Amino acid sequence: MAEFEITDTVDITDVVCPVTFVKAKVALEELDDGDILAIKLNDGEPVQNVPRSIKEEGHKILKLNDNGDGTYELIVRKVGD
Amino acid sequence: MALTNEQIERYSRHIILKEVGAKGQKKLLNAKVLIIGAGGLGAPAALYLAAAGVGTIGIADADDVDLSNLQRQVIHTTPDIGKPKVESAKETMEAINPDVKVITYHEFITSDNILDIIKDYDFVIDGTDNFPAKFLINDACVMAKKPFSHAGIIRFKGQLMTYVPGQGPCYRCVFKEPPPKDAVPTCKQAGVIGAMGGVIGSLQAMEAVKYIIGQGDLLTGWLLTYDALKMDFRKVKLPHDTSTCPVCGKNPTITTLIDYEQAECEGLGL
Repeated sequence: MAEFEITDTVDITDVVCPVTFVKAKVALEELDDGDILAIKLNDGEPVQNVPRSIKEEGHKILKLNDNGDGTYELIVRKVGD
Repeated sequence: MALTNEQIERYSRHIILKEVGAKGQKKLLNAKVLIIGAGGLGAPAALYLAAAGVGTIGIADADDVDLSNLQRQVIHTTPDIGKPKVESAKETMEAINPDVKVITYHEFITSDNILDIIKDYDFVIDGTDNFPAKFLINDACVMAKKPFSHAGIIRFKGQLMTYVPGQGPCYRCVFKEPPPKDAVPTCKQAGVIGAMGGVIGSLQAMEAVKYIIGQGDLLTGWLLTYDALKMDFRKVKLPHDTSTCPVCGKNPTITTLIDYEQAECEGLGL
């Protein structure tokens, strides 16, 4: 992912709703304003709900990449501290 | 200190709240709350604070678990009868949440020990059932500058208020001194509906949590009263005249702690 400078990554494919979002939220809290988080998440409920919840928290969704294996990579820029 | 995956899952319903988040949960894990009285009020307060992950919970009570306690003191169970309440409460809290360190004080709180006990805590919950203890806790918390939650329950009624140093009236601003002996019946004489401890003790736990995470408005300067038969909650604004209170006022006249005489229990002795 050369187009974004990823600050940190988190894998939420090992947990289910709502811990998916919670794990992503905790990872975002560890970062600073403007940092970029790459989140690996499963198809289905996670990919439908997690991006929306992150947006509701005020962060910026930059991109969603389909990994082609039933997982996605969600790129988020942290907004606020 | 980062939260573990297990903690993220355990506290997920907290972390998901924007007022809490990982930051607020870490504050809870680092917080120290003292609960005085492991009875009707202290039991639900202790259960919720342990479940919430308050990292250090002190619990003080000199009594043993009695059969007549179990109608409302939900932290104790039938096999606990005869055990010190603080031990029974500690076992339940640790079973609920191994993140919590429980410190027990199997003794009566008096003017001799209270300042030493409260000094290490961030917030104090008064879950006692008698006026001498309530005035002692108030005066000690004012002198030691400790925030605390006062509460009382009887029959179908309950009340609570929160004292935060410098931010509002203390218990003695509102109630000058203990009522004359036998003017007010104790819980033992008058009875209390079990769920009343659940309602008011849980509200005390809520005040402690809000104080720790620094969110929302506390009951500082307000007395919340609850009448279960009328299903009526009332929030009464309390006056705060810093010139007159004998403890928290500008010119305090009470500068040492007082052990008032405990009202004797008649009739339904325990």
